[in-house]
Amino acid sequence: MVVKSALAANAAPEAAKVAIWGVSMTFETDGKPIDVLTMLDLDVREGEFVCVLGPSGCGKSTLLNIVGGFLRPTRGTVLIDGEPVVGPDPRRIFVFQERGVFPWLTVEGNIGFGLASLAAEERARRIAYYVKLVGLSGFEKVYPQELSGGMKQRVEVARALAVNPDVLYLDEPFGALDSITRLIMRGELLRIWEAEKKTILFVTHDIEESVQLADRVVVMSTRPATIRRIVEIDMPHPRDLSSRRYIELRDSIFEEIGLAHKI
Amino acid sequence: MPTRSDRGVERVLLPIAAAVVVLVVWTLAVQISHTNVFPSPGKVVLGIRELMGKGVLWLYVLDSLRRVLSGYLVALVLGIPTGLALGWYPRLASAFNPVIQICRPISPLAWMPLAIVWFGVSEAAPTFLIFLGAFFPTVVATMNGVKSVPSIYIQAGRNFGLSAFAILRTVVFPAALPQVLTGFRLALGIAWLVVVAAEMIAVDSGLGYLIIDSRNAGKRYDLVVAGMLLIGIIGLGLDTLARRLEKLKSVRWGFQAETA
Repeated sequence: MVVKSALAANAAPEAAKVAIWGVSMTFETDGKPIDVLTMLDLDVREGEFVCVLGPSGCGKSTLLNIVGGFLRPTRGTVLIDGEPVVGPDPRRIFVFQERGVFPWLTVEGNIGFGLASLAAEERARRIAYYVKLVGLSGFEKVYPQELSGGMKQRVEVARALAVNPDVLYLDEPFGALDSITRLIMRGELLRIWEAEKKTILFVTHDIEESVQLADRVVVMSTRPATIRRIVEIDMPHPRDLSSRRYIELRDSIFEEIGLAHKI
Repeated sequence: MPTRSDRGVERVLLPIAAAVVVLVVWTLAVQISHTNVFPSPGKVVLGIRELMGKGVLWLYVLDSLRRVLSGYLVALVLGIPTGLALGWYPRLASAFNPVIQICRPISPLAWMPLAIVWFGVSEAAPTFLIFLGAFFPTVVATMNGVKSVPSIYIQAGRNFGLSAFAILRTVVFPAALPQVLTGFRLALGIAWLVVVAAEMIAVDSGLGYLIIDSRNAGKRYDLVVAGMLLIGIIGLGLDTLARRLEKLKSVRWGFQAETA
């Protein structure tokens, strides 16, 4: 019994939705090995919103691609619901910057893209629901070319949500948007996250963004990336961006990364 | 500043003015040089009338169009899957690319002797030459179109659990389509270009036949030039139709890089 409970304690990551175990990644460039990630461990709970924060090129996108099943780590494993990830899976959808929207399909066509196996009626119902959820009513028949960056991003989020995944991976999704649209989209994402209860792994290089959105911020080092610190953001939503706690948390991350917050 | 309607008038008037200039220069050149080979515009018009009167003109036009379209369609039917496969499997492409690149610069006309041996005096001989002319541009355009599909689209397709074939059909093909369509238009132009030479063998109808026959049977150079003019006008018509396809909404995104 004692042995068993000790085992159970060791197997604690099984309780995590996403468990990253000792993941390392080495790329080969011109015959020279380049270490991108070294021995990363991270657990993400069901329904949690985790931001992975790091400077450009630190390997955080590589990490997300490994968790998403698009890359195999050199060492280590990723478990989701206790099962090792062996490839991409429609239960976990990757959201790119708005570049991932298919320009040859309408808003409807994009949102319904992952629903080909459903009966037409159910498909139409889901499309209608998610069009409304992301605030694109009236744009169903419009092609992405005619949409703004923020609207395209909504299409992509809706396309991901429509297949009802348990986990969303977002790779700097708002990076290409102007700062006002970006703020609006963060609010929208939080609203959707609260309504749909998804587990979210969100990669960003924007400190403010991570503190505004996440339950926990995973601060990465420069390459080869390790986890420097995990910051618990103990503030309920909606968060007051001028409150003392917000500024304290933000500044502690600025310091962690080694940036003075003065310009 | 020119207004919208000014520009509209310009778009119509300028080409008409240029055409008039060309016709005048043509007429003068014929008169001054006293040539009895090259006909004046008036003689060409009379020649066209004569052909219409005999009732053969439309038959010739339709025969040429039929040959071009059947050769072209066979080129598309065989060329698109070939191009898709070559674009999708890089190994296949590196294996076959040299062969394609060697075959591509060979004019379809070089195949004439073989075409006659293989197909004899039949419709198939000119159709085969037209097919050859259109096949390689179709393959190359489709292959390049597929190769340049952003990996992000393919990754999204994989994420939604699609099979490789489904990704090819629902992601890669539509993503490559604008570039592929440009290749189709090029291939159609080449197919029409080849029709004249193709109809100089094995058949006794069509605009190519009209040209060679008018020369052989009585040196009717007015009819030769009439045939040339018709080929030019129909070629323009085909190109205009092909361009229309680029306006379709599901591909238009690929053609507006400059204006967006």
